[in-house]
Amino acid sequence: MTTPRTAAASPAAAAPAAPPAPAPAARTGRRTRRSGALAVVPLLLFTAVAFGLPAVAMLDGAFTVEDPVTGAASYGLGNLTASWQGAYLTALVGSVKLSATSAVLAAVLGLLLAQAVVTSPLRALREAVLTASGVLANFGGVPLAFAFVATLGNSGVLTRELSLADTGWSLYSFWGLVLVYLYFLVPLMVLTITPALDGLRTQWREAAQNNGATHRQYWQHVALPVLAPSLLGGLVLLFGSAFAAYATAAAMVGSSVPLVTLQIADAISGNVLIGQENVALALSLDMVLVAGLVMAVYLPLQRRSARWLA
Amino acid sequence: MARLTARPAARPGRATTPWRALVLTAAALYFLVPLAASVVFTVDVPGQGLNLDAYTRILDTEGFLPSLLLSLGLAAATIAVVLLLMVPATVALRLGAPKLRPVVEIVCSLPLVVPPIAFVAGIGTVLKWGPEHLSRTPLFQTFVAVQNPDFPLVLVLAHAVMALPFVHRALDAGLRAIDVRTLVEAARSCGASLPHALLRAVLPNLRGALLSASFLTFALVLGEFTTAQLLGFRPFAVWIVNISGSQAQMSVAVSVMSLLVTWLLLLFLAGLGGRRTPSSTTDRK
Repeated sequence: MTTPRTAAASPAAAAPAAPPAPAPAARTGRRTRRSGALAVVPLLLFTAVAFGLPAVAMLDGAFTVEDPVTGAASYGLGNLTASWQGAYLTALVGSVKLSATSAVLAAVLGLLLAQAVVTSPLRALREAVLTASGVLANFGGVPLAFAFVATLGNSGVLTRELSLADTGWSLYSFWGLVLVYLYFLVPLMVLTITPALDGLRTQWREAAQNNGATHRQYWQHVALPVLAPSLLGGLVLLFGSAFAAYATAAAMVGSSVPLVTLQIADAISGNVLIGQENVALALSLDMVLVAGLVMAVYLPLQRRSARWLA
Repeated sequence: MARLTARPAARPGRATTPWRALVLTAAALYFLVPLAASVVFTVDVPGQGLNLDAYTRILDTEGFLPSLLLSLGLAAATIAVVLLLMVPATVALRLGAPKLRPVVEIVCSLPLVVPPIAFVAGIGTVLKWGPEHLSRTPLFQTFVAVQNPDFPLVLVLAHAVMALPFVHRALDAGLRAIDVRTLVEAARSCGASLPHALLRAVLPNLRGALLSASFLTFALVLGEFTTAQLLGFRPFAVWIVNISGSQAQMSVAVSVMSLLVTWLLLLFLAGLGGRRTPSSTTDRK
C-alpha cells in the first residue's frame, strides 16, 4: 500500500548515503537490495525444512500404497479413495456438517452482535466488545472445552442446577460441539464484519429513507448487497476455522462425534488399526484441499469487500 | 442537510434499542456464564460445600511444574526463533527487496492452509524416516536430538511455523505505521552504520509490534495441544487433559487460570495497541 508512495517520493534517496563520502546511488541501492534478499533467505530456508519436509512427507505418504501381500510400496490413489469411504467418509461429512452449521449460526449471531455494537452510541461498549472479541476469537482449545464441561457437562454446574439431564441434554453431541464452537466463532465473525459495517455510510441509509424505503427494504436492497462479500468471506473463514479445530473436540467428546480431525488423530496414534498411517495422511491431504479451497474463496472476497468499503 | 436528516435518523435508532439490548444481554450471558460456572464448579464440591482445594493442590500435583516449565521454555524458544526469522525479513522487504514481498506473504500464509492436525501428521511421518532410513547416518543423531523429551526442538519448529501468520500480521502492521526507509536514511546521514541504524532507530519504533507478536506466539504455544499430544510430548495443555480423568475439578481450575492469564496478557496487549500512536512519538531517548 505504501510502496508506490515511497518509491515515488524518494528515487534520489533510495539508497542510504554512506556516512563519509556519498557512494554512487546505484551501487548502494544494489547492495541493500542484495542484503535485503539475504535477510529473507533464513526465513525461506526455515520454512522449506520445517514446513516443506512435512508437506512433502504428507504428499508422499498419501500417495504411497503398500501391497498387503508382498509389502512392496508403489504410488497410487488407494489411500485417497479409502479416505472417501466408510468411517472416514462419515467423519469427513460429520466435520463438514459441524463446521457448516456452526459457521452459519456464528455468522448470523456475529452479524447481529456486531451491528448492535456498531450502532451503539456508547464508545466504551464498542471498544470493550472488539477487544474481547480479539481475545476470544484466537483462543479456544483445551481450556475452553473444560470450561464448557464444567458448565454443561454431565456433572456441570448448569446441568445440575437446571436438571438438564432429564431433558436429554448432552454436551458430548453434535449440538453440544456447535454450542462450544460458537464461543470462538462468534467473536471471529464480529472481528471480520465490523469493518464492513463501519463502511456502510449513513448517507446510503438516508438516501434510501428519503426515497421512501422501509427499514427492511434498506437492508434487503442496499446494506446486504454491499455486505455480501464480507459476509461470505467471514462465513468461509469461520468454516475453515471450525473445520481445522481439533483440541476442543478431542478434550470434550473423545470420539463420540465423528470428525475428520479425530479420525486422523486415531489413525496416527494407531488406536484403531495398525498400518492406517497412510490413510491418515490422505485424510490430511483432504483437509488441506478443503482449507485451500476455503482460502481460494476467502481471499478474493476479502479483496472485493475491501474495494467496496474503502 | 443535517437538519433534514436529524429526525428520520433518530427514529429508527430509538426503535432498534430493544433488540440491541436483547442481543447484548444474550451475548453477555453466553460469554460470561461458562466462566462463572467454571469457577463455581472448582470451589463448590457436591456434598462437601465450598472449598479452595482445587486451587491449593495445583502446585503439589504431579507433573504440573515440569509441564508448565516445558511450555514456558518452548514459548521462549519459539518467540526467539520466529522473531529472529521474521524481523530481518520483514524489515528487509521494506528497505530493499520489495520483489520478495509476495513470496514472504505466501510463505507466511501457508500454515493457514494446512490445519495443525494435518501438519502434525506430516511431521510424524518425517520423524519416522529417522529410524527407518537414516539410522546409519550422522543425520540420525539430529532426529534423536530434536525429539529429546526434556526439550523437544521439533515442537519449537512446529510452533514457529504455526505462529508465522500471526507474527507476520503483527510486524507488518507495525512496519506500516513507520517509514523505515526514512528512519534508516536519517540515521545514516547522522553517521550511523546500517546495523546501528536498524538496531537503534528501527527496532525501538517496532517495540509495540514486537511485543504483540511475542504475546500472540506465547498464547499460541501455551495453549497448543494438537502437535504435542500427537507427537507424544507432555507440555501444559496435554497435562491438563491427562489429569482431567482423575481430577476433574483441578483440570477445570487450571483451565480457568490459564484462560485468565492469556486473556489478561492479550487485554494488556490490546490496551497497548490502542495507545500506540501517542507513545511512538515519545520513544526518543
